[in-house]
Amino acid sequence: MAGNVDALYIFLLIVSGLMTLLIFTTVIYFAARYRHRQGVPAEQIEGSNKLEITWTTIPFLVFIAIFFWSATIYFKARTPPRDSTEVYVVAKQWMWKIEHAEGQREINELHVPVGRDVKLILTSQDVIHSFFVPAFRMKQDVLPGRYTIAWFRATKPGTYHLFCSQYCGTQHSGMIGNVVVMEPAQYEAWMSGGSSGPLSATGEKIFAELGCATCHRTDTQGRGPNLQGVFGRPVMLDDGRTVIADENYVRESILDPGAKVVQGFKPVMPTFQGLVSEEQLNALIAYVKSLSNAGSAGSKTAAAAPQSAPAKAAGERTQVE
Amino acid sequence: MSDSQIVVETASHAEVHNPALQHQFAEPQQQRDAASLGMWIFLATEVMFFGGLFCAYLIYRTWYFSDFAAASTSINAALGGANTAVLICSSLTVVLAIWAAQTSRRSLMLLMLVLTMLFGCAFLGIKGVEYHDKFVEHHVPGASFSFEHEEIPGHPGQYANPHHAEIFFALYFIMTGLHALHMIVGLGIFTWLLWMAWKRRFTPEYYTPLEIGGLYWHFVDIIWIYLFPLLYLIDRHK
Amino acid sequence: MATAIAQPVERTNYLNNEYGVKSWLLTTDHKRIALLYLISITFFFFIGGFFALLIRLELLTPAGDLVQADTYNKLFTMHGMVMIFFFLIPSIPAVLGNFLVPMMIGAKDLAFPRINLLSWYLYIIGAAIMLHCILTGGVDTGWTFYTPFSTEYTNTKIIEAGLGIFIAGFSSILTGLNFVVTIHRMRCPGMTWSRLPLFIWAHYATSIIQILGTPVIAITLLLVVAERALHLGIFDPKLGGDPLLFQHLFWFYSHPAVYIMILPSMGVVSEIIACFARKRIFGYSFVAFSSIAIAVFGFLVWAHHMFVAGISVYAALVFSLLSYAVAVPSAVKVFNWTATLYKGSIHYDAPMLYAFGFLGLFTIGGLTGLFLASLGVDIHVHDTYFVVAHFHYIMVGGALMGYLGGMHFWWPKISGRLYPEGWARLAALIVFIGFNLTFFPQFILGYLGMPRRFYDYSHMPEFQILNVFSTAGATILGVGYLLPMIYFLWSMRYGKPAPDNPWNAAGLEWKTASPPPTFNFDEEPVVTWEAYNYDEIDTGHKQEVEVVG
Repeated sequence: MAGNVDALYIFLLIVSGLMTLLIFTTVIYFAARYRHRQGVPAEQIEGSNKLEITWTTIPFLVFIAIFFWSATIYFKARTPPRDSTEVYVVAKQWMWKIEHAEGQREINELHVPVGRDVKLILTSQDVIHSFFVPAFRMKQDVLPGRYTIAWFRATKPGTYHLFCSQYCGTQHSGMIGNVVVMEPAQYEAWMSGGSSGPLSATGEKIFAELGCATCHRTDTQGRGPNLQGVFGRPVMLDDGRTVIADENYVRESILDPGAKVVQGFKPVMPTFQGLVSEEQLNALIAYVKSLSNAGSAGSKTAAAAPQSAPAKAAGERTQVE
Repeated sequence: MSDSQIVVETASHAEVHNPALQHQFAEPQQQRDAASLGMWIFLATEVMFFGGLFCAYLIYRTWYFSDFAAASTSINAALGGANTAVLICSSLTVVLAIWAAQTSRRSLMLLMLVLTMLFGCAFLGIKGVEYHDKFVEHHVPGASFSFEHEEIPGHPGQYANPHHAEIFFALYFIMTGLHALHMIVGLGIFTWLLWMAWKRRFTPEYYTPLEIGGLYWHFVDIIWIYLFPLLYLIDRHK
Repeated sequence: MATAIAQPVERTNYLNNEYGVKSWLLTTDHKRIALLYLISITFFFFIGGFFALLIRLELLTPAGDLVQADTYNKLFTMHGMVMIFFFLIPSIPAVLGNFLVPMMIGAKDLAFPRINLLSWYLYIIGAAIMLHCILTGGVDTGWTFYTPFSTEYTNTKIIEAGLGIFIAGFSSILTGLNFVVTIHRMRCPGMTWSRLPLFIWAHYATSIIQILGTPVIAITLLLVVAERALHLGIFDPKLGGDPLLFQHLFWFYSHPAVYIMILPSMGVVSEIIACFARKRIFGYSFVAFSSIAIAVFGFLVWAHHMFVAGISVYAALVFSLLSYAVAVPSAVKVFNWTATLYKGSIHYDAPMLYAFGFLGLFTIGGLTGLFLASLGVDIHVHDTYFVVAHFHYIMVGGALMGYLGGMHFWWPKISGRLYPEGWARLAALIVFIGFNLTFFPQFILGYLGMPRRFYDYSHMPEFQILNVFSTAGATILGVGYLLPMIYFLWSMRYGKPAPDNPWNAAGLEWKTASPPPTFNFDEEPVVTWEAYNYDEIDTGHKQEVEVVG
């Protein structure tokens, strides 16, 4: 993907460079050629409709071309492939807290294997931050109160800068980290080095501790919907709407259960606002995901409705040092 | 001015120098047109000003409809309705005041101006009662806000989210508060208009301040006519 | 060297018809009000510039060693707020616009002179509040004061800063209102819409934006202040609010605001190029209507500041497409100005040098805007120094160059004195060089990944060399700005007295004395000629005006 961005950037550079050169040379040429000379008055020229139409249409067409090319890149960048490895990121003033689905936790560092699609599920504990990895040509604002999604596939091992690029207070410029891209074997080794178990297992524990299982039973007797197989699928609400059960939906259901009530159920679920931390929310979501078949969820970004073509079609990322 | 220039009147209508004609204008009609256009543009800015609030309101109402409905039920639609009637009457009296000026009916003009202001005061008085009620019920956003166990209309047993209700009340107070502020300014303007009318400044040829003051007053009225159903009448049929 | 050259003929003009502080502070003369604004905004330019200097000094080295992090954050915030709200937005409209709009249309004053004075007082009150805020701690949210940082987390003086900007905003609204009514209702006989100078068209378009856009930032500020004071929850997600709503409301004004800053400058450039190429602007109607088009389209593109903020993909697509649309009228203007030079008779006086500078720098700034409108690229360069470079090319390379060019062009009219041409050309050159050295490296820095608002980049020492270039350029730029201040002041006492029309320019303002009498014209003008009739001015007769192709 980074390669595509660079290609477009270079195209823009060329177009801009040519246009700049055109304007500069024309202006300088005219300025010299038509320098004030005694006895040679200026020629009053009203204009030229033909020229106007030409130099309005051609730039506009060039712009449209750039728009389409650019939009394609953007669309891909905002549509994580199915079966991406998921990593939860919680930003806070002024650090990145990272939690792999398998349970490893990191602060300000993100270890990923080369060649794997990695999907980031980002949220903030406080103010708006932004997850920016220049080498991957990737950036996504991180908001409090909801999840935003980003994804990448690293193509070269190495260590790459991670910046916060949305001003967030005193140590905004200190919120720096690294994305460490490793060979698969090294990554496996790193992974096995100590974790508290998969995130979904942590989530299962919290699920039990908070008493969720009391209502969300696996039979039809529960006061709350059975959560097996729910994630990633459409859910019918009591007001007739249908929504997709994605990360934001699960999060909202925990923190503001009255907002969307599943059809056939009463709005009796209490809110857990203030009773769960962002990390616990991530764990719970990981758990709910794990209850859907096919292991890692076919999770969708909040907005992309048409199904993206399998991610392999997305261009390879080249790394620019 | 001790300038040496001579200000030349334009060729046509060299009227007797009207004391109300300001120096930058060539003739009274131009001054009238400018004043009128100026007021319309000012009202456009007011539309944009309230527009931002209406926008925020519409977004949150869409998201939190049931909570907003519950909150809306708790404000007094009867008082709101009375205020609507009061303002509509006041706009009528403004129009009548202008008609009176146009037809040299000085006493009627003065009467209508006074009535307009009385209606305006009535509006503010009723508003004061409403605000007081809200204060007593702890529905004023801030540290002492409370909106627990308020049922959503049409959904017995379902209760509104207090946070969302607080957003309703925040917008309610900001919108009606700003509106009330504009009313107070309007009363100030009409005090001045009344004084000018008393001093016989208005004639059938010159009543521009009345006209543009009237425009302002109508605008404040129209804002209320939008506010009333939006704020007071959510899901009242339930 | 100089003994003061006395005013040769003591004609009564707007400067000397009354003396005393009261005659200035209670004036309703649009020309005096323009000068009041000139002094005020120059003062704030110095303040904003001082903050910029400190920022660039800090960034000379990777480590944060000049000031503390919190101080730095305040510096870039106050630099932005002061420069935008208290310098750029008023600049051309309040100084050159106020001075020239009535004169260019043959009127004695603006439609509402007392409201004009009120505008200035509102500006001063807002500015005083802002100044007090700066002196007692300032604000550290960035000029964009995004929530929830600005409402819940910062402990700097948001309410005070917000109040200052709120009040100054009304100054902007009233100026816009005054201009629109004036242009509609106060044109002298014969001054039809198609004979209006392009400066007037530009200010008309600007005024529309000021009128319709500024109230939205006003209400946004009010909401932020209310939220901060009462913890309302409108923008706080924990209470059901949405931080993105703030961004939408903020940018709904702040994007059109950038057009408030550039359109007047484009008007100035049109006047200058026509005069110093001695011909009418090529494609007059297209340039006039492109100003209106920019104003209209400018209201439709605000969320291009939010492509990675969490808006939906579809919203992003729409805003990107519209952003390309708004670029077209600007490009059309650049082409028309360039075409105006063809078969002109070009003089290289200082105003024209600034106009040339504008052409080049605005072109670059505008083209880099395309990079930002481009969704895929924006993901990479958003919130980096690329954006900083882009908007400084437009604001400084564009708007400020236009302002300086205009000040030089109309200085004889305003002051009755000529400025020293040699020094002025030198200053223009210094500004151009200093500017490019300051801001071009920032495009590269941004692409390499240096984020904005970074006080310490010690993790990326490779960024230093470009930052050093940038700071060096800033110093040169500072010299370039100081020079005009010095020689303009010098000229007021020692400059040669100016004739009515030192440039032989077209335009009604040149048909009266320099400086003009209080009521502008001895007799109300009656216009029977087209705009930019340089053929008649230079050759004494009308030339057959050519329509090419």
